[in-house]
Amino acid sequence: MATISDPPEQGFRLSQLIFDTRYRSMTIQVVAMVLIGLLLSWLISNTIHNLEALGKDFDFGFLSQPAGYDINQQLIEYNNQMTHGRAALVGILNTLLVAVLGCALATVLGVIAGVLRLSNNWIVSRLAAVYVEGFRNVPLLLWIVLIFALMTESMPAPRDFKGGDGPSMLLGESVAITNRGVYIPNVVFSRSLGGNEVAAAEAPAPAAAATPGTNMAGTYGASRIATGGAGIQAGQNGTTAGAGGSGTSAAGEGGEVIPSSSGWDWLLILAVLVAGSVGAKLLGKRAAHIQEATGKRPMTLPLQIAAILVPLIVVLVALGASLDKPELGGFNFDGGVHLRNSLIALWLALSLYTGAFIAEIVRGGILAISKGQTEAAYALGLRPGTTMNLVILPQALRVIIPPLISQFLNLTKNSSLAIAVGYMDVRSTLGGITINQTGRELEGMLLLGLFYLVLSLLISGVMNVYNSSVKLKER
Amino acid sequence: MSDTHAQTVAYVRDTMLDQKEPPLNQVGAVKWIRDNLFSSWLNILLTLASLWVIYAVLSHLLPWALRGVWDASNLTQCRQIIAERYGEGTNVACWAVLAERWPQLVFGFFPRELYWRPILAFLIFLTAVAPVLFSSVPRKVLWVSAIAPFAIFWLIWGGSLWGPIAAILGFAIGWAIMTFAAPKLGTLLAVILAIVVPVLYWLFVCGPLAGALASVVPLSLQTVATQKMGGFLLATIIGVSGIVLSLPLGILLALGRQSDMFIINKFSVAFIEIIRGVPLIVWLFTASLLLNYFLPPGTNFDLMLRVIIMVTLFSAAYIAEVVRGGLAALPKGQYEAADALGLDYWKSMRLVILPQALKISIPGIVNTFIGLFKDTTLVVFIGLLDPIGLSSSIRATTDWNGIYWELFVFIGLCFFIFCFSMGRYSLFLEKKLRREHR
Repeated sequence: MATISDPPEQGFRLSQLIFDTRYRSMTIQVVAMVLIGLLLSWLISNTIHNLEALGKDFDFGFLSQPAGYDINQQLIEYNNQMTHGRAALVGILNTLLVAVLGCALATVLGVIAGVLRLSNNWIVSRLAAVYVEGFRNVPLLLWIVLIFALMTESMPAPRDFKGGDGPSMLLGESVAITNRGVYIPNVVFSRSLGGNEVAAAEAPAPAAAATPGTNMAGTYGASRIATGGAGIQAGQNGTTAGAGGSGTSAAGEGGEVIPSSSGWDWLLILAVLVAGSVGAKLLGKRAAHIQEATGKRPMTLPLQIAAILVPLIVVLVALGASLDKPELGGFNFDGGVHLRNSLIALWLALSLYTGAFIAEIVRGGILAISKGQTEAAYALGLRPGTTMNLVILPQALRVIIPPLISQFLNLTKNSSLAIAVGYMDVRSTLGGITINQTGRELEGMLLLGLFYLVLSLLISGVMNVYNSSVKLKER
Repeated sequence: MSDTHAQTVAYVRDTMLDQKEPPLNQVGAVKWIRDNLFSSWLNILLTLASLWVIYAVLSHLLPWALRGVWDASNLTQCRQIIAERYGEGTNVACWAVLAERWPQLVFGFFPRELYWRPILAFLIFLTAVAPVLFSSVPRKVLWVSAIAPFAIFWLIWGGSLWGPIAAILGFAIGWAIMTFAAPKLGTLLAVILAIVVPVLYWLFVCGPLAGALASVVPLSLQTVATQKMGGFLLATIIGVSGIVLSLPLGILLALGRQSDMFIINKFSVAFIEIIRGVPLIVWLFTASLLLNYFLPPGTNFDLMLRVIIMVTLFSAAYIAEVVRGGLAALPKGQYEAADALGLDYWKSMRLVILPQALKISIPGIVNTFIGLFKDTTLVVFIGLLDPIGLSSSIRATTDWNGIYWELFVFIGLCFFIFCFSMGRYSLFLEKKLRREHR
């Protein structure tokens, strides 16, 4: 048996680059690098040549030019004299709005359906299964278009609410479901922080070039699908929809103070809420401290509730908050918040569709926890509620969170299907009308892609931080 | 009673009783219903609530669907028939729109006298996938699978038969190099040759050769332009080509992402993240608006081809992540065992790692495929007439203006059948593989 291997006889040979595993990976990488470099430079040089041939340059200056088109739903102040950049921002906020609303509702639906699918009750679990399979196996686009058609074609028109025997408003005359959308009450403040000039500036701008529905005809198909839905709505008054709404106003008359609300009011309320819940949490911690030291837990629940509610009520009273209910005036509703059909259809379809996927994730997560865990908890004398909170859920969440993140991502990306119903999200403002008007396809699509990319990375980043806080702590 | 124990027993049974049926409420339907529907108050409430839901849905749906009218040439006529038959104002489905427009929903604007071609192509497709999907089908059918892509392409788009045949020849050349030259040249060189020679052949020889053959023996079908295709034909073409092409690409990307080689690894990661971070619609718009910028001036190729490329890249990125999960789930011992056997990288992947990793990732892969098939509806936004686009254009005609439920139900059902059976197939495959494993 040879104890010492022979020293290499020769130096480096060229053939080693291919046949020697030590060098081969280097060779492959260099070749790959060169090929990819060639491909990229080919693409870029093609682009430069093509742009030159078309007489275009690569310039983002168009973002600061006046947009000249109207957006039928805006969360921040916007009119058609503002820039393309501002229009893109309005679109971005609309995308975020529907994404946040959708994620929230989808989670609720998904958790309910997932738990129901595990129910002992045969009929209930079958019903949940029908929901899940039905929504999972039919394209989302079909659901969006279907709900939109349902909203626009089989709901009563606003004028039908006049008569006594017609459809009536729900929840104490405050919510109206019509074929133009859903009208819900708005919270307005008589001593608004943002002042009331917002209401004056809110005069409805005349539909400039065309209604959004027809404007998007250039992006094919859109107007075919959104059969006039967006078109009808564009002509309506300037009351804008917005759940976190700022800049909404009630149409007031004369010189009286018009109640309105601005972003500052909502920001203040949010800040007070956050501060209140932090305070409540601190109270809970203090109680735990005392319990550990003395063995007695002081009463905290009423204090905690008070910590959250009292400042909130004080602020609301200080701002002079009141509910502005939608009222039938002429042929349409005045006041309140108008949730457009496009938003409702998109929101419901996205939530129902994603909810079906989340239901399966939740079911899988709960099934992944062995029954012994429950039994062990019961053996320790824990009650069912405590068992769920302390034993089952923390473990199930570890399984549930990672796929849940990707479902949230999917929902956010799928919100770009807004095009089907004429909802003005970032794809239809920046990626649709702006591109059509300025002819800046390359820049527009680049910005649009970057926005979605950054948003995706942000969501997954945030959720991964949360995930790492709940995951199994190992050595 | 204190003296009972002192008493002798008056009677002792000397024969066994016959076995009796268990009480009626402990067996069969009664017990099942008790356990599953009425075990507690909450359960009873849930049962009643869901029965009410079922009743509410079915009592509206069934009469509407079953009493539907099947023979009418437009909506007004259809409504007249309904009014005559069931009285004014009855809400009943008007299925006549399907009876009249189903060729359009299925084939788009494909020439009516040529319907046999897509149908034949579909049959060939079914024959071709049978041996891939089910191991009980004779292996010889695999020959059909090899030829099927070319045959289907020729049948659907038409044109000269020699084009596909010349294209097949390129694959034959590559295969011949691998079989005959590999023992002499060594695997690596043979692989390089087997890639380079056919590519050169396709670039420089294929076209002229097909032209020459066609001028000698003209064998051709009537050409059908892509714009004429629509409906489920379009959805199936895009979906199936996307599925077939994205699986190998996705596997390669997953291997690239798992690779130790820094550059390849980073490029795979970048590709996957960028593709996955942006919605498919944006990619489709990129394909229809921007692709011409990236290609040499004057290049202009078919919109459907662009869509297929984009859809393939898109779903490959998703499949890469699914397969990566499968690769990561394999115990490290499997990799080490493959190395210990002296297998090179590709052999160890092909024979040891990938079969196991792919088996683990079957559910995810099939999910991606289902998603891809559903996403084919998005092509409506770049001007192709998929089923949903067609339904909108049917609704826009004067004949059928105002109809929507019937079309949506039909399209939804078709998609449901296709996607649901894909899901069931994945379950079947999982079960089969698990059984074989044990």
